Amino acid sequence: MSDERTPQVPTEEGRSQEPWGAGSPALTPRGTPQRPPVAARSGAEIHAFPETAVGEGDVRTAGESAAPARGTSLWRDAWKRLLKNRLAVFGMFVVGFIAVAVIIGPAIIKALTGFTYDYIPAGNTVSYPPFTAPDGSFSWTHPMGTDAAGRDMLARVLQGGRISLMVGVISTFVSLIIGVTWGATAGYLGGKIDDLLMRIVDVLYAIPYMMIVIVLLAFLGRNLSPLGQIFLLFAALGAVSWLTMARIVRGQVISLKNQEYVLAARATGVSTPKIIFRHIVPNALGPVIVYATLTIPSVMLQEAFLSFLGLGVQAPYASWGSLAQEGIQNIAVFPWQLIFPGVTMALTLFSLNFLGDGLRDALDPQMRKF
Amino acid sequence: MSSQNGTLLSIKDLRTYFETEDGTVRAVDGISFDLKRGETLGIVGESGSGKSVTNLSVIRLIPSPPGKIVSGEVLFHGQDILSLPDDEVRKIRGKRISMIFQDPMTSLNPFMRISRQLMEITQLHLGHTREQAYEHAVKMLETVGIPDARSRVDAYPHEFSGGMRQRVMIAMALSCEPELLIADEPTTALDVTIQAQILELIKNLKRETGTSVILITHDLGVVAGMTDDIIVMYAGKVFEQAPTRELFERPGNPYTKGLLKSVPDPAHEEGTELYQIPGLPPDVAHLPPEQCPFAERCYRAEEICKKEFPPFVQLNEEHFSLCHFAEEVYDESRGGAQTAGSHIDPNGLPLQGGGGR
Amino acid sequence: MKFRFILRRLLVTVPMVLVVITLTWALIRLAPGNFYASERKLPPAIEKNIRAKYGLDRPWYVQYGHVMRNILSLDFGNSLKYENETVNDILRRTLPVSAAVGTCAYLLALLVGTVLGTVAALKQNSKLDYGAMGVSMLGISVPNFVLGPILVLVFSLSLYWLPPARWDGFPSWSMVLPVLTLSAIYMAYIARLTRAGMLEVLRSDYIRTARAKGLTERQVVLRHALRGGLLPVVSFTGPALALLITGTVVVERIYALPGLGTYFINANLNRDEPLILGIVAFTSVLVLVFNLLVDIAYGFIDPRIRY
Repeated sequence: MSDERTPQVPTEEGRSQEPWGAGSPALTPRGTPQRPPVAARSGAEIHAFPETAVGEGDVRTAGESAAPARGTSLWRDAWKRLLKNRLAVFGMFVVGFIAVAVIIGPAIIKALTGFTYDYIPAGNTVSYPPFTAPDGSFSWTHPMGTDAAGRDMLARVLQGGRISLMVGVISTFVSLIIGVTWGATAGYLGGKIDDLLMRIVDVLYAIPYMMIVIVLLAFLGRNLSPLGQIFLLFAALGAVSWLTMARIVRGQVISLKNQEYVLAARATGVSTPKIIFRHIVPNALGPVIVYATLTIPSVMLQEAFLSFLGLGVQAPYASWGSLAQEGIQNIAVFPWQLIFPGVTMALTLFSLNFLGDGLRDALDPQMRKF
Repeated sequence: MSSQNGTLLSIKDLRTYFETEDGTVRAVDGISFDLKRGETLGIVGESGSGKSVTNLSVIRLIPSPPGKIVSGEVLFHGQDILSLPDDEVRKIRGKRISMIFQDPMTSLNPFMRISRQLMEITQLHLGHTREQAYEHAVKMLETVGIPDARSRVDAYPHEFSGGMRQRVMIAMALSCEPELLIADEPTTALDVTIQAQILELIKNLKRETGTSVILITHDLGVVAGMTDDIIVMYAGKVFEQAPTRELFERPGNPYTKGLLKSVPDPAHEEGTELYQIPGLPPDVAHLPPEQCPFAERCYRAEEICKKEFPPFVQLNEEHFSLCHFAEEVYDESRGGAQTAGSHIDPNGLPLQGGGGR
Repeated sequence: MKFRFILRRLLVTVPMVLVVITLTWALIRLAPGNFYASERKLPPAIEKNIRAKYGLDRPWYVQYGHVMRNILSLDFGNSLKYENETVNDILRRTLPVSAAVGTCAYLLALLVGTVLGTVAALKQNSKLDYGAMGVSMLGISVPNFVLGPILVLVFSLSLYWLPPARWDGFPSWSMVLPVLTLSAIYMAYIARLTRAGMLEVLRSDYIRTARAKGLTERQVVLRHALRGGLLPVVSFTGPALALLITGTVVVERIYALPGLGTYFINANLNRDEPLILGIVAFTSVLVLVFNLLVDIAYGFIDPRIRY
């Protein structure tokens, strides 16, 4: 029944982009069975929590051809649906909390205790367990303990979170720009250009690109300052995460381009940029937002993976990945050094994934069926 | 009327509801009818009127959740299907009652050869060996008029056209010589020329095997000439029930009249506007129970229609209509002046297929 | 038709591998510094000798041509770090370790993931479904370098059930933790893919037809639904290999396994150009060929696919 009130944006073109569109793998004239996009790389669009749709046979009543105009009410409806999804609300809350914590947390800790992420207490380089004072009694001073050099873990986890979240957001933004430009160009221009651009995407999918990123960071990163390395990381991860975004945007643009209302706009002489910005961009926004939300955790995971290997964020900066790398060296004796950054990161990714899932369900009830 | 040797299927006050975000959808809300052995019953109605749900309820194939058969009886040979254990129902499905669905393009398993899909059903119900089942599959394909059946039986569904696939579906449905065949909009998804062929096929097979048939359609043109009786459904209710000829010649319900009028008349002069029932089918989830569901769209509606649920009026021995003004409408139809559906020959095949959706 | 498709794909594969190798080579060469001079400055005479020995004094295109000729003849030369071994020796020695762990992990993930996903789809919106999907989400969200050490902490350092970090060959108890660590995320992905795929198929018309035939629910699922429902998992197998390779890098690091990944990271840290190029070339071919195999398999599973 849900399809009565909502516009039906994804048509066949959009559907074939879905990895779970198992029923109808598109047959492409190019000769390759067009497999669903390489979901795992992004870790994103696999997340589907389809709800039961009643749409069996006759129960569907009229209004199936609702106009694909996403007015403000659509966004309001989506927001309402999002708030109904408890897991998504939980995710939103946790992500919000962690974002605020990593932004203002370090300053608060400094004001309260004087610890910063790189403050090494003189003379004492023992790693304390959580809530433990030097004499072994209970203490609020280091709620997450200290690391091998005696630095406050809480301050380090928060500081690491800044970098990790920043990498997630900025790299996703980079991938967004490349992916949207690429996909929109291919979809809008169509024909041979579309063929060429998407063929390149197909080809890039099949490359073990993480190995190249490793080489890039190991060789080019070595001569950069730690800050420069972080920027290289943004660029590198953004540059390898845009493929699926390009496919999604292209699918959206193609299906929207052929919608009656866009054809009508064109027929009445509306200019191309106006069509793109007034009609296509707002309507393609939903899936892009959803996918971007799901790209953030996957990029964060990749950053952590690289930092864990010692190739990403370097001292004096820290990220959750590099903290975990430090922690694993002392896992047997000081497990909290790994557990706190690891669990914080897992919780953040968990919440972001739930939020992304919830956003998809809310913004695109069509997709819930799949 | 054909032979009258007893009732095969008797549905009593069937109610099937769906729970949705918007509330309870009463897809089928108190349907009753009988089907006699060897007869063909047409169920006509717009999309959403509950005709498919009625028939899925008969073999308990309502997706649950969200659907639920709330009450009623489905007596098949006097035995209530709704109270049978699951494995007993399964012995009926496909063997004694079988179904043909609307969309032949999606109703066959795309990953399985036609032969296997046909063999499966006779191996299950008739205990055929592989060889027997295979031969039977070939025979069934020949029966439904697939040329060169033996060489095509091992093809996959996508190698068949829509009409051919529907023939395969019919072959599958008739494999075990069922007592009842339910055809749910069997021609809606097909081209007009193919529609006529498929209807002709069902008609012939029915005559040869003596199977009872329930033919569900939204297209009055389809049921003309196919059925003995017709039920008109609207908003989960039976609006009118009558022998086919009587219904076409003398409808006793404003809704039926509207349906008949909206069937295009080939003799209709060009430029004349085709009749359309005003408004849209109702939102079954938010229908006030105390009013006539058709009141908003009815040309004959009066105050009482919005206040009281209409009675199911018996107009003659076999003719019933759900309307406050059933008798008046019935009498009015006798004059013939307004019988808009008169261009449909109730005995013949449809001149107009309706062209699907 | 099929052969032409395979041939064409193979023809695309060769230039792609060359592009990947060229890109890697260019990255290595563009970076300032050299493998022999990472720490201290060498006297000019010695440096000149070294440069001559490795051909670094010749123009870049000659060097490039040399590298490419070696790679096309499948002879990657000697490792710079492990001087007594050729790159091929190292590949031969390390690949079985990575392959054993990776294959076991993927098979385990396939088994557990499809079962979990199917059950979740069949019992949609039940507690079981929510539980299975919650665990999957956890599997996707917990990085393997967090999961691994926690498993070590519990099963090796606390319970003393399994060895923490060593390689006893295949098969051995020492494989259990690495395989579990590596397979967790694939289990989660596959479970989610299976569930989504099964849900769509279970709602399709042909499943209704199967039910209307009078088949039992078990027959409906096993004969009719599973094949279509698992197609997304088949598609996932191709990219999964690329992911598996990066996954093994981490797992080998955590458990100190002498596998391909460990050597790849070390080669990068040591600027061991031949070894890097050798491993990149090998894995690229592996991934591309594997993707091709998956596409072919897809064609067998789904008769509607035409090449």
